[in-house]
Amino acid sequence: MTEFKNEKVSLATVWLSGCSGCHMSFLDLDEHLLELEKHVRLVFSPLADHKRFPEGVDVVLVEGAVGNVEQLALARTLRERSRVVVALGDCAVTGNVPALRNRLDSEAMVRTVYAGGMDFPGLDPAGLDEKEWVPRLLPSALPLHRVVPVDVFLPGCPPGPQSILAAVTALVRGEPLVLPEAMRRFG
Amino acid sequence: MGVVTLTLNNQLISAREGQSLLEVIRENGVDLPTLCHLDGLSERGGCRLCVVEAEGTSRLLAACVTPVQEGMNIRTHTERLVRYRKMLVELLLAERTHVCSVCAVNGRCELQALAARLGIDHVRYEPLHPDLPVDASHGRFVLDHNRCILCGRCVRACDEVEGAHTLDFMGRGVQSRIIVDLDQPWGSSRSCTGCGKCVQVCPTGAIVARENIAGGVEKRPDFLLRILEGRQKRIWRW
Repeated sequence: MTEFKNEKVSLATVWLSGCSGCHMSFLDLDEHLLELEKHVRLVFSPLADHKRFPEGVDVVLVEGAVGNVEQLALARTLRERSRVVVALGDCAVTGNVPALRNRLDSEAMVRTVYAGGMDFPGLDPAGLDEKEWVPRLLPSALPLHRVVPVDVFLPGCPPGPQSILAAVTALVRGEPLVLPEAMRRFG
Repeated sequence: MGVVTLTLNNQLISAREGQSLLEVIRENGVDLPTLCHLDGLSERGGCRLCVVEAEGTSRLLAACVTPVQEGMNIRTHTERLVRYRKMLVELLLAERTHVCSVCAVNGRCELQALAARLGIDHVRYEPLHPDLPVDASHGRFVLDHNRCILCGRCVRACDEVEGAHTLDFMGRGVQSRIIVDLDQPWGSSRSCTGCGKCVQVCPTGAIVARENIAGGVEKRPDFLLRILEGRQKRIWRW
């Protein structure tokens, strides 16, 4: 590994409508995580159970499509508070599997899948405190760049650990990122 | 057959009269992408990926359906052409539902490979996600309209090589669809011989053999030439 900057870079990872495979792939960096840890502060991640997306994040890796109102709000927040936004993996890049529902009526689908076609508590926010809602699905699961501007796209399902390492290393060092063809394939 | 000379990317080259630009360009080692072209089938000029610039006309020419002419001055990779090719593939990806991660030909797909080759890491256009069916009525083959790019290679292979003409097109523009016989379930077709040529020539996961639905199997579109050559040269005798 070549030289990193002296001060630690703040890194966040976010999990939206995805299967966590991209986060698993990130963990598959194995011993490289130890090297990365010397140069990076993990400030928000499902891996560390942070509750609030902080201000002034340098790099954020976003896994998953934007599927519901809660994720939409988080996507907007992370864009406002981060310098570099990375769409990590096919769901964030194209919608991928979560977007397979886009041809269906999302409301009816939730009722069919979770309640045999009936209403159930929490689905309809009327008269409920916001904390008791089931976040309402958007009509379509959207790629991240259809919601907020995205700086870097890292396709793959999931992107391999080598791709993630190459991307994160470049971003942490503030270098331009040029991935070879083999590292930027959908699927 | 006469010889013509033309200029290709500032190089003077010669070609045989009657050859297509695409043939000549590839013979000269230039990598021109195509999806609807397949050696052994007639040309369709449908995917437009092989468009080139020719001096003296503002129109872009599809190299596969343009015969070479004396004195042509052709450019294959100008900034504009590269930009258009990227747009074309992105439009193909947006037009139907190409979910590579759950596709029988993931990692072995011409569209997927081409996207990577052209440097496409996301699609700028809004995906249409049309509500299209999957025809799994045939005992051996599956036709998934969601993954079809309408290149027509299956239609031409079925007609020109197998001679059955089971497959054809229906509709126009974005509404176009591959149909079986008179738009009926594949399993009910009386003209389909079950030869599987359409499976081998399909560049995506739109037509796959049922036993390969779990993926991991390479398609072999190159076998067409072997069949056609065998017929022409009467290699097989019995």
